[in-house]
Amino acid sequence: MMFLRAVATLFLGLSFILVVALSSTGLLAQETDPVARGEYLVNTSGCHDCHTPWGMGPNGPEPDMSRALSGHPADLQIGPPPDLSEEWVWAGNPTNTAYVGPWGVSFTANLTPDPETGVLRDMSEGQFIDTIRNGRHMGQGRPILPPMPWPAYRNMTDEDLSAIYGYLQQIDPIPNAVPEPLPPGQ
Amino acid sequence: MSVPIIARSRRTGATLGVALALSALLAALAEPVQPSLGETAPADLFATGLYTDPAARTVDPRHHVFSPQYPLWTDGAAKRRWMSLPPGTRIDASDPDRWAFPAGTRFWKEFAFDGHPVETRYMEHLGEGRWIFATYEWSADGQQAPLAPERGRADAWPLPDGRTHAIPGRTDCRVCHGSGPAPVLGFSALQLSPDRDPGAPHAEPLPLDAVDLAVLVERGLIANAPAGPAPRIPAADPMERAALGYLHANCGHCHNDRGALADLGFDLAHGLNDGTAAARATSFGVALKDPPAGLPDGVDLRIAPGDPAASALLHRAGSRDRLLQMPPLGTALVDEEAIALLARWIANQPRAGDPAPQTEGDNR
Repeated sequence: MMFLRAVATLFLGLSFILVVALSSTGLLAQETDPVARGEYLVNTSGCHDCHTPWGMGPNGPEPDMSRALSGHPADLQIGPPPDLSEEWVWAGNPTNTAYVGPWGVSFTANLTPDPETGVLRDMSEGQFIDTIRNGRHMGQGRPILPPMPWPAYRNMTDEDLSAIYGYLQQIDPIPNAVPEPLPPGQ
Repeated sequence: MSVPIIARSRRTGATLGVALALSALLAALAEPVQPSLGETAPADLFATGLYTDPAARTVDPRHHVFSPQYPLWTDGAAKRRWMSLPPGTRIDASDPDRWAFPAGTRFWKEFAFDGHPVETRYMEHLGEGRWIFATYEWSADGQQAPLAPERGRADAWPLPDGRTHAIPGRTDCRVCHGSGPAPVLGFSALQLSPDRDPGAPHAEPLPLDAVDLAVLVERGLIANAPAGPAPRIPAADPMERAALGYLHANCGHCHNDRGALADLGFDLAHGLNDGTAAARATSFGVALKDPPAGLPDGVDLRIAPGDPAASALLHRAGSRDRLLQMPPLGTALVDEEAIALLARWIANQPRAGDPAPQTEGDNR
């Protein structure tokens, strides 16, 4: 009986330590709240690097969080792309939302839940997961263009991708009609 | 001091319970995190059971050869197809557009170019709607057919105009096979109808030993098959029949009214109970909501009756620009024969007077 009590006490103690550890790092919130998990993943997986327009701030280039995750600004006129060579095959614009390379010109999508312009407005959770898995728009259409690193994100679990989708559904909607990509040579 | 047997059992049980709980906790912590990239497939085509004698490429005679009347365009590839049902099982055809296959059903489709097999695609039903999708790529000498890489194989075979055939990745399989009401696409009442369409683009002569719907019924391999005449697409004329059949086979697996894109309200699949052609109803005069990159200015209708040049469907099916082309995968060459057919069919339609415009997605 003494042995059993000792084991039970040890188990409870370890569980308490584990809970405290998880709570102090926010991991418990991520485990119990998919939106919190989604927020964590979006903030640590580089989504803002391209889907939030960058500007020059007091600390140098930084994402303009007033336009968080709204993609390439529709009102931003971009000039002709630079001449690229074999040594330098692609380039980005100052907001880090437009890129030119052998694929043409690509613009980062508006990930906010704006009902008119958000790229996810017609995309179900399943289609979002398929999109990241196979790199196709809506999970079955045209290829997603570089530099979207879906080949890395496709290794996420369904649960993590679902959490990202859930988080993106409840952030502030920002109307911004991102232009269609341009074919090479335009 | 002796311990009563019941108390000792409880103590042992409690100890075991704690140990199991700890083990479960540790196991959960140690479990590798894996994405859901699909079911595990046999490592080699020869392990799927297609052949009784792999060395001689002797196909198991118990498998059923079949040939859909409206074949999918794959850049002119020659195809051979087989399916296998577990002994004593039957296909449930209660839903004529969504046959239910028993667990253990297998399908194979071999793609050959210039007389050389390049790949053989494989589907196996694990039960409860779970399917294995895999592709096996043939070695140059035709002696081996290992599982293709998970992401597929680009440049698997040279095609005209500098294009190449690409072996699809496993997630690519699901793009087509996971987008409609049923994952099996070319094996259906319409596709196996004995009333085959002689005008179908790239119609294949029915192999001598092939099964069709009548044979499947006769052999008792289908339950609840609908009675009545052989399935046939109702159409104004043979040209329209062939055009609607082509759209059904090449576009309808994504563009239908029961799959992931149903909200688009763009249905190119032919349902056996459709009184009128859904393709006409959902495309003639219907405006595009989000015109894709590369579409010429002024092309803003899915199909403009009487005007092929103003019909987005024709531009997309006639393009192999990766941003514009339809289907978006599985083909690198335009199907010129089909484009000519579709252009004639559209040109043959009376121009609408001034219809009230519908907009893509209105029935969302």
